[in-house]
Amino acid sequence: MGKPKVGFYWCASCGGCEEAVVDLAENILKVVDAVDIVMWPVALDFKRTDVEAMKDGEMAVAFVNGAIRTSEQLEMAELMRKKSQILIAFGSCAHSGGIPGLANLYDKESILRAVYDENLSVPTNEKARPQVETKVAEGTLTIPSLDDKVKSLDQTVEVDYYIPGCPPPVKLILEALTAILENKLPPKGTVLAPDVALCNECPRKDTKPEKLTVNEFKRPHQILMDTQKCLLAQGLLCLGPATRSGCDAACIGGNMPCTGCLGPTSRVRDYGAKALSAIASSLDAKEDAAIISLLDSVADPAGTFYRYSLPASFLFSRQHKGE
Amino acid sequence: MSNEQGTKTGNSFEPKIVAFFCNWCTYTAADLAGVSRFVYEPNVRVVRIMCSGRLDPQFVLKAFREGADGVLIGGCHPGDCHYQEGNYKALRRFYLLKKLLKQMGIEDKRFRLEWISASEGDKVQKVINEMVEQVRNLGPLRLETIPKPHHTPSQQPAVAAGK
Repeated sequence: MGKPKVGFYWCASCGGCEEAVVDLAENILKVVDAVDIVMWPVALDFKRTDVEAMKDGEMAVAFVNGAIRTSEQLEMAELMRKKSQILIAFGSCAHSGGIPGLANLYDKESILRAVYDENLSVPTNEKARPQVETKVAEGTLTIPSLDDKVKSLDQTVEVDYYIPGCPPPVKLILEALTAILENKLPPKGTVLAPDVALCNECPRKDTKPEKLTVNEFKRPHQILMDTQKCLLAQGLLCLGPATRSGCDAACIGGNMPCTGCLGPTSRVRDYGAKALSAIASSLDAKEDAAIISLLDSVADPAGTFYRYSLPASFLFSRQHKGE
Repeated sequence: MSNEQGTKTGNSFEPKIVAFFCNWCTYTAADLAGVSRFVYEPNVRVVRIMCSGRLDPQFVLKAFREGADGVLIGGCHPGDCHYQEGNYKALRRFYLLKKLLKQMGIEDKRFRLEWISASEGDKVQKVINEMVEQVRNLGPLRLETIPKPHHTPSQQPAVAAGK
């Protein structure tokens, strides 16, 4: 029997997830020893037709990162699903929509208008918009079409496992690969990361007060941080209490508050709502006016609490008048 | 409750309002409104919770997702919480959630919090009638449909970590 076949693909993403695979460093050699990589656009020269030529389910595992917004991404997600036995949503964007998912705050028309009509760096008099089909002398050129909304991978095809993170921590990737190779995978649908909050593994856990009382949320550049003390206790908006652990508190180690890329634990359905709940209850105010003025320091709640998960939220997308 | 937003009957739109009332004050007040024969609009579905502080913001968003056109929270007056602090927590979450809902394009009047003590049956009537009227004027809440196949990550049993 040959080595199991593994494929990677990227959709609406930044390439950081691909970088995370490369970050396996010398461990990547062990991976290459154990498996045959049959698709990996960032590093290897395989084409879509190579995947199409495979039998259904021929790939043992497919890792797909990025959210789904274009017709090309949807086709590739469906193709990877069809040709693989296990499909893994890799990284925050595939898991829950990620940063591209914040586009669901707007409708397609206003995004196209902002980018192609009103953007100061493009010639605004032309108002040229990308067209799915363009006729030129040599024939018709086509590009993928843009969907109305950004979707997570599991909103388009069935997903077997999730590896969260922006990008996924190397430790989690290695653990997942080991579980796959040793055939020790948990039940389908599991997020392959510890199922406890980040505070649990935070090196500053002991300095978190019993009762948090925040008087003002500050941004990291506004204060001189105590490098040992709980960031929430210093008034920084850290989402550790609501976020899954598994990253060894890497951001906290760099004096940056957690932004929630690993998503919620399995008992939480809507990450943003739960994170909002945790942060709001730590405010030190009881009167309406005091609470409102204190909340001025949370300038962008949607961008803060749904930074990586707007498409996976209950609300999914803002309503748009006239649609 | 069906997934549909409130129905249109004839020319007028009838909104659906989900109300979360705390056991100790507002739910008792709603009971009082009932025995006192205070008539109020039938558009409200009341859910009893032990304390307004038990209201997870997820409940509010889920209600909107499942077809509510408005969500009302009722709790004890400040200082009167059966659990000392619960209503203050509810108030903080309410204001932050309101800010988030605004960004999501959900109108201010669709989400309301009122302190109603056990003796204020008339206030239950007044608040519900007011809110139903306001949401009726706003029309149905239209959320984008979540695309299928929607497969949520499976829930694992709670673990006592570090023990």
